[in-house]
Amino acid sequence: MARIEAEVGKPQGGLVKWIDDRFPMTATLKYHITEYYASKNLNLWYVFGVLAFVVLAIQLLTGIFLTMNYKPSATEAFASVEYIMRDVEWGWLIRYMHSTGASFFFIVVYLHMYRAMLYGSYKKPRELIWLIGMLIFFVLMAEAFAGYLLPWGQMSYWGAQVIISLFGAIPWVGEALVEIIRGDYSISDITLNRFFALHVILLPLVLVGLVFVHIVALHEVGSNNPDGIEIKKNKDASGKPLDGITFHPYHTSKDLVVIIVFLMIFSAVVFFAPEMGGYFLEHANFEPANVTATPEHIAPVWYFTPFYAILRAVPDKLWGFILFGLSVILPVFLPWLDRSRVKSIRYRGWIYKGALGTFTVTFLVLGWLGTQPAEGLYVLMARVFSVLYFAFFLLMPYYTAIDKTKPVPDRVTYHA
Amino acid sequence: MLKLSKGASALALIAVLVAPNVIAAGTKVSLEPAEIDPDNISSLQRGARNFMNYCSGCHGAQYVRYNTIGKALDLSEEQLIDNLMFNADKTFETIQSSMPSDDAKRWYGVAPPDLSLVARSKGVDYIYNFLRGFYIEEQSPTGVNNLVLEGTSMPHVLWELQGYQTAKFSSHSNEDGSVTKSFEGFEAMNAGAMDAEDYDEFVRDTVNFLAYISEPIRSDRRKLGVWVLMFLIFFYIVASMLKKQIWKDVK
Repeated sequence: MARIEAEVGKPQGGLVKWIDDRFPMTATLKYHITEYYASKNLNLWYVFGVLAFVVLAIQLLTGIFLTMNYKPSATEAFASVEYIMRDVEWGWLIRYMHSTGASFFFIVVYLHMYRAMLYGSYKKPRELIWLIGMLIFFVLMAEAFAGYLLPWGQMSYWGAQVIISLFGAIPWVGEALVEIIRGDYSISDITLNRFFALHVILLPLVLVGLVFVHIVALHEVGSNNPDGIEIKKNKDASGKPLDGITFHPYHTSKDLVVIIVFLMIFSAVVFFAPEMGGYFLEHANFEPANVTATPEHIAPVWYFTPFYAILRAVPDKLWGFILFGLSVILPVFLPWLDRSRVKSIRYRGWIYKGALGTFTVTFLVLGWLGTQPAEGLYVLMARVFSVLYFAFFLLMPYYTAIDKTKPVPDRVTYHA
Repeated sequence: MLKLSKGASALALIAVLVAPNVIAAGTKVSLEPAEIDPDNISSLQRGARNFMNYCSGCHGAQYVRYNTIGKALDLSEEQLIDNLMFNADKTFETIQSSMPSDDAKRWYGVAPPDLSLVARSKGVDYIYNFLRGFYIEEQSPTGVNNLVLEGTSMPHVLWELQGYQTAKFSSHSNEDGSVTKSFEGFEAMNAGAMDAEDYDEFVRDTVNFLAYISEPIRSDRRKLGVWVLMFLIFFYIVASMLKKQIWKDVK
C-alpha cells in the first residue's frame, strides 16, 4: 500500500525528463549527435576535424598538469621545466605530450584546411564556417607562439625576439606596439608573465569558444562531402537525407578507429622521437635563455616556417612584414576568390588541379626554406615560391572561372 | 632580469641577422659519429666515474640527482657514496660544481657551463669531437685551442690521458679575398697515459653518460612506448570489428 501511494506522486519519465523539462538535453544530443546526418561517403580527409578536437583535448588536459608545476619567472622557468621532466611523477610524459601535441595540432589543422581546399568546403553555404575556422587558426598561431616562450630556452627567447621585433616595421606605431607586446624594452620576465597569462587563460578560452561556434555553424548547414553535393537535397519521406547516416553510431565508430591510428602515430613520436630530429623540440632550446649570446641559427618552429620564408624573401623590412601578414590572411578570402561552379576537385578541370598541386609543392618548399639559412640559392628559391604562393590566391578568380568543370551527379558516390 | 636599452636590443637584433655569416666564415669541421650505446650499463658506469673525476670539479649538472644515477646504473648506495659522491652528503642531492662560479668567471672569463643538458643542446657527436679536438696553440692563454669550438676557454683537462697534439691546417684564399682554413689532421706531440683507441673509448663512455643525464627517462620511455603501441594495436582490432558490425547496414 505504501509503495503504491509513493508511485502516484512520482513524476513520469524519471531523471531525463526532469532535466529535459529544464534544459534541452535530449534535444541537443539528437540534434548534434544521434540525429545529425553526414554523408556516408566521407573519406580519410574528413577525419582531421575530429582529430583536431582530440589534440585540443590533449593540450588542455596536459596543459593543466603542466601549469601545476611550471613557474612563469625568468629565473625559474627553465629549471621548472627540467623539474617536470625529471622529478615530477610522469611529468616527462605530460610535457612530451604537450610539446608533441603542439606540432600535431598544426599538422592536423593544416590537413583539415587542405581538405576544405580539395572539396570546396569553404564555398556557399559554408563561408562562415570557413571564416570561424580561419579565426581559430589565427588564435592557434598566437597560442603556439606564446607557449613557445614559456620553456625560456635560447630558441624561445631569440625566436620571440625576432618575431616580436617584426612589428617594429609598422610605420609610426611600430615601436610603441612592440613595447606593448613585450611590456618592456626587451623580452624579459614581464614578457614571460604576460605570455603565460595569454597562453593559459585568454587564448585557450577564445579557442574553445570559437571551436564551439565552428561546430554549431557546421551542424546548421551540414557537412560537405568528397562529391561536394548537398545531401539535404535528396530526402526520404520522413525528411532524412538519403545519402546521410547519423553521426552516432556510424561516424563515431569510424572516428574511433581513426583516433586509435592517430594515437599510434602520436605515441610513436612521444615515446621514440619526442624531439623529432630538432623540429618539434629545437636543440638550442635545451640551453637556458641567454640575453648576451645569440644562437648560431634562429629558425621558428616548423609550423611557422612557410610564412617566415616569405618574410625573409622580401629585401625590405616593412614590405616583408606586409607580405608575411598577407600570406597568413589571404586564405580568409577563399570563398570569394573561388569562382568555380563546382565544389569538389573530383569535378573540377585540369587548371584548378594544376594550381592546387603547385600550391601544395609551394607550401612544402617554403616550409623547408624557412628552416634553412637565408643565403645563396635559397633566397632566390624563396622569392620564386613566394610569387607562386600569392599567384595561387590572387589569380584564383580568373583561373577558376575559365576552368572546365565536369557535371556533378545528383547522388554521392559510394561503394559499400 | 637584465634590462637592455633600446640601442642594445637593436644591436642584439643586428647580431641575430649577421650571425650566420660569421659562422660560415669559420673553419668547417665534419664531426665523427660518437657511436654511443645507451643500453650498455658498464659503459655508463665508466662514464659516470670519468665525469665525477674529470668534469665535476668545474662543471655541475644541477638538474641531476645522485640517486637517479645510482638506480639507472645498478649501483648500491655504498657504491654511489664511495665512488661518485665527492661533493655531496645525501644521495638525493644534485651534482654541483666544486668551483665557485664567480671565481670561475675571473679565472676563465666565463663560468663552465652546466652539463645536465649539453648532450641535448649540442649533440653527442659534438661533445665526442670536442673532447678529442684539443690541440696546442702557443698564443692561447690555456696553451690549447679546440677544433670544434675555436677559442674555447676550457683547458685540456684530459691531457694526461690523451697527451698533446698539434693540428695541421691548409689555407687557400677565395675569390673575394677571404681565407678559408681547412683541417688536415692531428699529429701527436707527446703521448699520454692512453693510446688513441683507449682514449676514444674513454671519451665515448663519458659522452654516453652525458647523454644519459640529459634525459634519464629515455630508456624507460622507450620501454613503455612498446607497451602503449601494443595496447593500441589490440584496441585498433576491437574498434575495427565494432565499426564493421555497425556499418553492415550502410549500402
